[in-house]
Amino acid sequence: MSAVMITRKVRKWEKLPGKNTFCCDGRVMMARQKGVFYLTVFLIVGTCSLFFAFECPYLATHLSPAIPVFAIVLFLFVMAMLLRTSFSDPGVLPRALPEEATFIEMEIEAANGNVPAGQRPPPRIRNVQINGQIVKLKYCYTCKIFRPPRASHCSICDNCVDRFDHHCPWVGNCVGKRNYRYFYLFTLSLSLLTIYIFTFAIVHVVMRSVDSGFVKTLQDTPGTVLEVLVCFFTLWSVVGLTGFHSYLISLNQTTNEDIKGSWSGKNRLQNPYSHKNIVKNCCEVLCGPAYPSVLDRRGLTQDDVPVPASTTTQSNSVPQTTKTTAPLIPNEHTPDDAKSSIADSAIAHAEKISPSPKEEKPPTPAKVPPLASPETDVEASIIIAKEKAL
Amino acid sequence: MATEFHNLQELRHSASLANKVFLQRDYSEGTTCRFQTKFPSELESRIERTLFEDTVKTLNNYYAEAEKMGGQSYLEGCLACATAYLIFLCMETRYEKVLKKIGRYIQEQNEKIYAPRGLLITDPIERGMRVIEISIYEDRGSSGSCSGSSSTSGSSAR
Repeated sequence: MSAVMITRKVRKWEKLPGKNTFCCDGRVMMARQKGVFYLTVFLIVGTCSLFFAFECPYLATHLSPAIPVFAIVLFLFVMAMLLRTSFSDPGVLPRALPEEATFIEMEIEAANGNVPAGQRPPPRIRNVQINGQIVKLKYCYTCKIFRPPRASHCSICDNCVDRFDHHCPWVGNCVGKRNYRYFYLFTLSLSLLTIYIFTFAIVHVVMRSVDSGFVKTLQDTPGTVLEVLVCFFTLWSVVGLTGFHSYLISLNQTTNEDIKGSWSGKNRLQNPYSHKNIVKNCCEVLCGPAYPSVLDRRGLTQDDVPVPASTTTQSNSVPQTTKTTAPLIPNEHTPDDAKSSIADSAIAHAEKISPSPKEEKPPTPAKVPPLASPETDVEASIIIAKEKAL
Repeated sequence: MATEFHNLQELRHSASLANKVFLQRDYSEGTTCRFQTKFPSELESRIERTLFEDTVKTLNNYYAEAEKMGGQSYLEGCLACATAYLIFLCMETRYEKVLKKIGRYIQEQNEKIYAPRGLLITDPIERGMRVIEISIYEDRGSSGSCSGSSSTSGSSAR
């Protein structure tokens, strides 16, 4: 009861549960394992550098200068889409706060009724009807919520993600509602880039061989061999992936649903989210509204740091915030017009006590003995407010 | 205005929190954001049903407007794609604009209707768009007299 709690401001991303890593003070959000992502970046940048170094000078002069220009544009687009997919929030659902979790538990218990001792309680499932189809919503024990339709829990990132598609190690992030279109555009533009580089590398070798011979060409431009190899193996996987996702988009399905066979047609289960029209499905997935992140990563929150009572005099250097301490002016039984006056009086009262201009301070209660300095005044108010809260 | 509301929220913390009601999402029309308009029994004695339903219906309309698939959203999507989505660094999306309108609407509803009845609506975005949380506060009649006097002295000093 006598410990002094100093509160300091931290960004909300520092306190988020889950296994994500954050960079740039919460602006960038990725999965924990990023090794394969670095490999992806290295392969793309490396292959394109070789292309610009070996093929482009020859092709620009012998064919057209538009070739390297288009390659640069395509390369920049691929990198932009990759970084956008990797760094953005895929649609993570925040975990339930304790009151919400308790409320849901009470609802579950009310729905299940009395379970006889020794019997396992029934699985926590909620049935909802979507467009005439019954869909089962599962309860997530980690996040303590009933997952919305199409959401799934990613075990690698330890988050529930809305419209979960899959966790992609190549981009180092989950692919979900918010970044699916960037992921698709990344695979599509990467396919185009790979085909482009492969084609022009072959064209370059053929054109140069006509002049100088095949072996001499390979000796002059050794990078070409590497490019052709990388592109050849990349082509099959990336073009295949693009084709697969194009199929999924036309049916408005996620990879997760496809793998589980949720809408495969057995038990007469049909996809309730599909508009039954390829164009409409594509428009919804690719040109739909840009959903905002519901994870407030860069918002400020309080972090209570307990400080032993003996070191209170040294704590002046610790930046203090006063948002947590409850002011002691009640607000009930007053109509609307009194509320603004109460708010104003709270601010005025606080400003009278402490001369610090930047922070809002709570008003001290009438019981506080007269104190010597403004700093200890504020600390004392924090102590007293905390003790009152207890 | 924002400071005042924040102080209003802080003042709310001093009244004792009795209960919280959570309005769940309505998925009958798909995954678009919509909340159930079922009137919770805990609020029966606190607020009129029509006022409550109006609030929830207006919120549902705002969310429907934000997620509407129409000419404007397609245009925004295609323009953004053409600029490799860099345009979102300087431009606010339509969804974000509507979310700001929703924030202002909830603030106004709290000040005019819910706070006088001892209730407080939390913006769904702060709960991951999963629930509308309505906090129910207990009416503290005449307690807190010394703090009450300091508030009246404060207001009279102005």
